[in-house]
Amino acid sequence: MTTPALPSTARIGLSRGALELKGYFRETSAVVFTLAMPVILMLIFGSIFKGEVGHTGVDFRQYFAAGIIASGIMSTTFVSLGVSIAQERDDGTLKRLYGTPMPKAAYFIGKTISALVLSLLETLLLFVLGNVLFGLKPPSTPERWLTFAWVFVAGVAVCTLLGIAISSVPRSGRGAAAVLNLPYLVLQFISGVYFTFGDLPSGVRQVGAIFPLKWMCQGLRSALLPDTLLAAEPAHAWEHGRTGLVLAAWGVAGLALCMTTFRWKRRRDG
Amino acid sequence: MNETAVRVRGLRKRYGDVDAVNGVDLDIFRGEVFALLGPNGAGKSTTVEILEGHRRRTGGDVSVLGVDPGKPTREWRARLGIVLQTSNEQPELSVREIVRHFAGYYPRPRDVDEVIEAVGLTEKAGARLALLSGGQRRRVDVALGIVGGPELLFLDEPTTGFDPDARRQFWKLIEGLAHGGTTILLTTHYLDEAETLADRVGVIVGGRVVEVGSPMELGGRANATARVGWLGPQGRQSIETDSPTQVVAELSQKFDGEVPELTVARPTLEDVYLAMIGADR
Repeated sequence: MTTPALPSTARIGLSRGALELKGYFRETSAVVFTLAMPVILMLIFGSIFKGEVGHTGVDFRQYFAAGIIASGIMSTTFVSLGVSIAQERDDGTLKRLYGTPMPKAAYFIGKTISALVLSLLETLLLFVLGNVLFGLKPPSTPERWLTFAWVFVAGVAVCTLLGIAISSVPRSGRGAAAVLNLPYLVLQFISGVYFTFGDLPSGVRQVGAIFPLKWMCQGLRSALLPDTLLAAEPAHAWEHGRTGLVLAAWGVAGLALCMTTFRWKRRRDG
Repeated sequence: MNETAVRVRGLRKRYGDVDAVNGVDLDIFRGEVFALLGPNGAGKSTTVEILEGHRRRTGGDVSVLGVDPGKPTREWRARLGIVLQTSNEQPELSVREIVRHFAGYYPRPRDVDEVIEAVGLTEKAGARLALLSGGQRRRVDVALGIVGGPELLFLDEPTTGFDPDARRQFWKLIEGLAHGGTTILLTTHYLDEAETLADRVGVIVGGRVVEVGSPMELGGRANATARVGWLGPQGRQSIETDSPTQVVAELSQKFDGEVPELTVARPTLEDVYLAMIGADR
């Protein structure tokens, strides 16, 4: 008896990504709470904030726009991914998948695809708004485009891995949003999203610099805003090397956490 | 071909210092419907989850379709179908979309529309899962369990929460699958369900299988004494007897025809089951 080959991991992964996106866009409340949240914050704070950053000639609203793009990436990856996985664990979706011949990697490929697509959309949405409302310009040189691209990809990758890893922390799907929104909220305040990073007390800056969001914001500023802003950056440099290192370190840590802590079952399922 | 689909010897599962499963022996033959009965906490679910490859065992030998479920492979999973309690996944997808997606996991899936028809959801194929009733949602669970064309199907309390009509329809579906040659391991709390569907029934109490037999024979049911009851001159009367036919014939003579309010009853599966789990407690 010859057995036909099992479908490839890549094919099932793609099919899962398509399924995730289809389910996501049909669920209006999910779209509103994840994609629209950073947009709403951008509109609210954009209408409150005014003035320039130091004497750099950079409109603070543009500085804020770069930060909220980074924050939007974290929202669509870390927060919504982490919450959705915690819920899928709680409602038995993961257990059901575990009982099928679906390769485990295909599940993560699907999640990554949907996170990537949603992050691209979110970034595009926020960028266009920032452009129309605050005059945010696209990267001015090919080098800056390249910076934008790698910071985006590294940010998505790191936050996706951390989102998958932290999904094992909440005890139930219902508590997941609270558990994941807390670090997200705190990091936004200490990473240079709502306030100029250089204006934060140095202790707060040091804590912020431990986490990826600060480096994602800084990386995106280096791609989107003029070098005159460097006068207001605490390091007076864009620190691309250090940004890459910090994000890579978080990527490795996130991957290790995913591999060691990921659970396909609820806690009470043992 | 191996005639035994599931073979379990001395299965043990320890949680802390409690033996939830304590020496289970079980043989399930290819093509049969086997119902596993037992009170909550008897080790029924733990045993089934070990067989499904969802849980690790502490000791004993287990073979499911010739493979150790403690070392599950994709090839082995492709030969199994597992119908768990309903999950609420992907409420915004249609029946056909979710069944087609799951079909993509298997090397030799069944035809998607044929599976949807087999579970009686053809008219709902385009409907989103969120709009289905509980019974219809359960049929989707079964569709996802059988779309890979499994040799062995696990059904975990499949009709819990069904109304009587939905249960009867669901039984027809399971009978159809069994007729097609699928081996089925069913767990249930409904004894009429086990009696209707199962070729053999195993009763698990205190982490052990205390008896295995056909629903008619379980607990010596086939040979048990019958109780003949009727309305006599002094009110309701009854006697226990090994020869109910003879008793009825005598009564018929005595009453010269119809015996008022005649009943002949043997212990139901529920009677012998309750005696079995009561005796072992």
